Amino acid sequence: MKRRNFIKNSILFAGALAVAPSAILSNQAYAAWPKKSFDIKDLSDSVISVYGHNNLEESSKVKLKAPAIAENGAIVPINVSTTLDNVESIMIFVENNPQPLSSGYQLTSLAQPSIGTRLKMGKTSNVMAAVKSGDKIYTSTQEVKVTIGGCGG
Amino acid sequence: MSTIKLRAKESNGVVTVKALIKHPMETGQRKNKKTGDLIPAHYIQEVHSKANGKDVITIYWGPAVSKNPYLTFKYKGNKGDNVEISWVDNQGNRDTNTGKVK
Amino acid sequence: MLRKLLVVLLLFPAMISLASPEKDFEQFVDYFKERFPNTPYEDYKNGVYSIDKSAREQWEAMEEFPPYELNVDRGEELFNTPFKNGNTYGSCFENDGIGIRQNYPYFNEKKGKVVTLEGALNECRVKNGEKPLSYFKGKELAHVSAYMAYTSRGNKFNVQIPNTKEALEAYENGKRLYFTKKGQLNFSCADCHVYQTGTKLRADIPSPAIGHPTHFPVYRSGMGRLVTLHERFSGCLNRIRAKGLPGGSDELNNLEFFTTFMSNGLEVNGPGSRK
Repeated sequence: MKRRNFIKNSILFAGALAVAPSAILSNQAYAAWPKKSFDIKDLSDSVISVYGHNNLEESSKVKLKAPAIAENGAIVPINVSTTLDNVESIMIFVENNPQPLSSGYQLTSLAQPSIGTRLKMGKTSNVMAAVKSGDKIYTSTQEVKVTIGGCGG
Repeated sequence: MSTIKLRAKESNGVVTVKALIKHPMETGQRKNKKTGDLIPAHYIQEVHSKANGKDVITIYWGPAVSKNPYLTFKYKGNKGDNVEISWVDNQGNRDTNTGKVK
Repeated sequence: MLRKLLVVLLLFPAMISLASPEKDFEQFVDYFKERFPNTPYEDYKNGVYSIDKSAREQWEAMEEFPPYELNVDRGEELFNTPFKNGNTYGSCFENDGIGIRQNYPYFNEKKGKVVTLEGALNECRVKNGEKPLSYFKGKELAHVSAYMAYTSRGNKFNVQIPNTKEALEAYENGKRLYFTKKGQLNFSCADCHVYQTGTKLRADIPSPAIGHPTHFPVYRSGMGRLVTLHERFSGCLNRIRAKGLPGGSDELNNLEFFTTFMSNGLEVNGPGSRK
C-alpha cells in the first residue's frame, strides 16, 4: 500500500518552498502559503503553478456539489468529495474569478477526501475541483451561474 | 470569545467537523464608499486542524473564500476526540479553538 | 373565484373594510393553497424556500452552519448587558424576555396603537434612560431582536385583533398599505408577494406573503448583516421607487400587524438566512 506523504515531506505547490517555518502556533513546520499561486490570473497558469503541469483528467469519481444558479455570488456553497484512493490534496478553481485558485486542502492520512466551504464568485463561471491521487490529477467541472439585478435589492 | 465556532460529530468511525469563523475576508479590491480608498486586504490564509494532537488537514485560503468563512471536513476518528482548529491571516492575526467530538 | 375576490378588493378599496380579519385570513390561506398545492402550511415560514427547490438546497447548505449564529451570540451578549442604571432588557418583558417573540406585534388598547417587539425594545431603553436605537443597518436593535427570536423558535404566532374600532383600523391600515399600488413602478406588496409569487421577476422569485414576519430579522448574505422587518419594508418601498418609511412608524407598525396576523399558526424561525 502506497503510504501517503505527510505534509512535511511533500511539496504541495510546485515552485513553492518545500518546508518553511511559518507564523503558525505549533512547532511543526508547515509549507508556506503559496502566494504565487494565489496571485495568478489565468486558470491554466494557475493549475501549472500548483502542480507543475497541466495534465488533468476528468473523472466521475470526483464529486463536485455546487448550485447551478447561485442565489448569491458572495456566498456560494461548494462541496468536493471523491472515491479515489491516496488523496493528497483537493484544490478548487473558479475560472472567471480575478484569481482562479480559491482554496487548497492538504490531507493527511487521517483525513477523508471530503471538504466543503463557501466561495465568492464575481460572475458566472466554471468551477473546477481538482484531486491529486497518487501522481495524477483528476477533475470535475461545473458551471455556476451568478445572477445580479434582482428586484429584491 | 473565540472567532471559531466548531462542531464535530462521529458516525461509523468518521468524524465530520464543521466550523464557522468570524472574519471579514476582505479581498483588498473593495472601496470605502465614503472616502474612495481601497479597504485593505484582510483574509485568513491558513487553517490547520488537529485531532488529539495529530495533524488532520492543512488548508490554504485566498480572498475568494466568503466572509465569515465556513469549513467542513472529515477524518477517521472517535467520540471524545479533541479537535483543534487554528487560523492565521495575512495581517498576522490568529486564533485557535478546540472542541470534543460528540 | 378567490383570485377574483382579491382582485375585486384591490380595485374597490372601499370593499376592503367589509371583510373581517378572520375572513381575510381564510381567503389568504385558501388562495395560497390553490397557488402552491404541494406546499404544507407550516412550510410557509421558510418563505421562498418553501416554493423553490434550487434555492432551498442552497439555503439548506447555509443552514449546516448558518452565518447568523455569530449574530445570535452577539445579540445574547447585548441582551444581557445592563443599561447605565443596572437594569437589563429582560426586565421589561414577561419571562425575562425569553421565548416571547411570538407575542408581538399586539394591539395595546391603553395606548391605542400597535406595539412591535423592536418598538418594545426601544420603549424599554427609553424607560431606563437610554436612547432609542435605529431599526436600520443591522446594529444593536437587530442583534437583540435576532437573539430574542432565536430563543422563541418553534413558538407559533397567534396575533389577536381586539374587536375595537381602533384595533380594526390599525389592521385595515396595514392591509390597505399592503394592497395599494404605489411608487414610480406602481406596485403594491401584493403584486409581487400574492399575484407574482413563485414567478421570476428579473433574477428574483418573490416569496409568498404568508410567513414573512416569522423569519425576521434576517441575515442577508448579500449584505453581510442583519436586516429587520421594518428595514426590509422600507427597502422594498425604495425598490418600487416609493418613499421609504421610518422604522417604528405607525404605517410600518400597522403593516407588521397585518402581515403577522396573516402568518398566524406559523412558527417563529428567526433569524432567517437569506441572500
